[in-house]
Amino acid sequence: MNARIGYIASNTFREAVRDRVLYNLIAFALLLSGAAIFVGQLSIDIERLVGVNLRLTAVSLFGVVIAIFIGIGLVSKEIEKRTLYTVLSRPVRRWEFIVGKFFGLAGTLVVNTFFMAIGVFGALLYVVHKFTASDGLILVALYFIILEFLIICSLALLFSSFSSPLLSAVFAFSLFVIGSFADDLRGFASLTHGFTRWIATGAAYLVPNFSALNVISVVAHQQPVSGQLILQNTLYAVFYTAMALSGAVLIFERRNLK
Amino acid sequence: MSSRKRTTVWAAAVLIVSMAACVVLLGNIDRIRPRDIVEDSLYINSPKLVRRASLGFDGLMACIYWTRTVQYFGHRHYFRERTYNELAPLLEITTALDPHLVPAYQFGASFLAPAPPNGAGQPKRAIQLMEYGIRNNPDNWHLYYDLGFVYYTELKDYRKAAEVFEAGSKVSDAHPFMKVLAAQMAEHAEDLATARMLWSETYEASNENNIKQNALEHLRGIQVDEDVTNLEQAVARFNANNGRFPTNLWELASAEHLPGVPVDPDGNPYDLTLDGRVQVRHPDDFPFATKGLPPGYKPGPLKFHSKG
Repeated sequence: MNARIGYIASNTFREAVRDRVLYNLIAFALLLSGAAIFVGQLSIDIERLVGVNLRLTAVSLFGVVIAIFIGIGLVSKEIEKRTLYTVLSRPVRRWEFIVGKFFGLAGTLVVNTFFMAIGVFGALLYVVHKFTASDGLILVALYFIILEFLIICSLALLFSSFSSPLLSAVFAFSLFVIGSFADDLRGFASLTHGFTRWIATGAAYLVPNFSALNVISVVAHQQPVSGQLILQNTLYAVFYTAMALSGAVLIFERRNLK
Repeated sequence: MSSRKRTTVWAAAVLIVSMAACVVLLGNIDRIRPRDIVEDSLYINSPKLVRRASLGFDGLMACIYWTRTVQYFGHRHYFRERTYNELAPLLEITTALDPHLVPAYQFGASFLAPAPPNGAGQPKRAIQLMEYGIRNNPDNWHLYYDLGFVYYTELKDYRKAAEVFEAGSKVSDAHPFMKVLAAQMAEHAEDLATARMLWSETYEASNENNIKQNALEHLRGIQVDEDVTNLEQAVARFNANNGRFPTNLWELASAEHLPGVPVDPDGNPYDLTLDGRVQVRHPDDFPFATKGLPPGYKPGPLKFHSKG
């Protein structure tokens, strides 16, 4: 990786881990993970199922909130504090700034997920007392959750490159919700005709397909996830992230920062 | 080329390539994922929970669920699927959210009651839905009409159908035809003429294209059933008189003094098999016909017809 991108990424990471909001959200996620033990005890015969569902959902939702709330401020905060001018007055290109910010935030989220995963497995061990081979499937769900975070990060950065933090949060969260219903959207598009079909199909392919990345209930039922799906989802996340980041670069290159 | 221009060109190229790759990958992902997960997903099964989760926007939620129900049924019906697992829960949620959404009961019953692939084959759940609808909309005679229809067409429970038509006829503003139907059910329920009268009335009374279309398809099916019954009786008479089956329908038409070779509602001549059975030439054109179908016939994709 370009050294300048590395510096920006490490600074972004340092800045993010100093953010108190981050710790609050991680604490909430871990709390929910622990609470799943008690919720599981209330259920009959599905303690593991409830626990895995609730914990992975907590990791996913809190991670998305962290990604959005940190991601939307990455560019606007730098402009507000005028630190962006200091950075760009050095031999740093705008695209390097965007890409560096992305890797910094992505790194933060991967580390967060790692800690939350420890919470998930710790709570699971408390409930089931010993791990089985099928518990390894939880790692696949966590991996897909990280892929989801990468897409969200890139989208937050894309919106942050041209909009205010509040609007960026609204846009990013809306896309997260719409993307979670991507299957329905494509199903709807396939039932329409003519011009509406073109519009609906275009929209269905443009929004991120988070539904394919959500295998929480599959994993909770200890059903296998195919290697092909892992490969295709990985490629999809990489390309979608590249698409959103290149959009952010295109906008940020032309943005008047005066 | 300046540095900024170069970056722009690169970023645009990455954007386009990534977009194309995403479209291709989405297609691959759809193929890999199990089909029923994509199509058969109902996130919440409890009508009460959906109602509470709608935060007071239950009218809007009912519309959304109704739209989803229509999409679900329409898609599976078009491809002649034989399972409609989510249909009843979707309808129950829709009507729990808005108990006055009358089309959900009317269409819902016609989705639920008929045997697959024309419907979900769940007449009892259709009846539960209609009874819930009548409890919430006791002044709507159309609901009695549709409920009576389910008893008549799917369960062949003519006594119950007569009772429901009779109850519906007592609702203020009820169509006078309801009384006629109640009487007809009591006396001539099994006649094809009664079936024809019911579907004709449905066709004439409705403003909804889908209901009209459904009624028309049933009328076409009834016509085929009647033609095949009459022709097979004629074939049996011919066999009794001549000790053999007619070699073709011309011979039968001549023996029976018919004006020409009998044709189906589309104008295609019926076929006569060597063992004396009468068959329609294009069975897929008559999804509701119960007679004249080739042995082991499996319905193909759904076709629609205009009134001819």
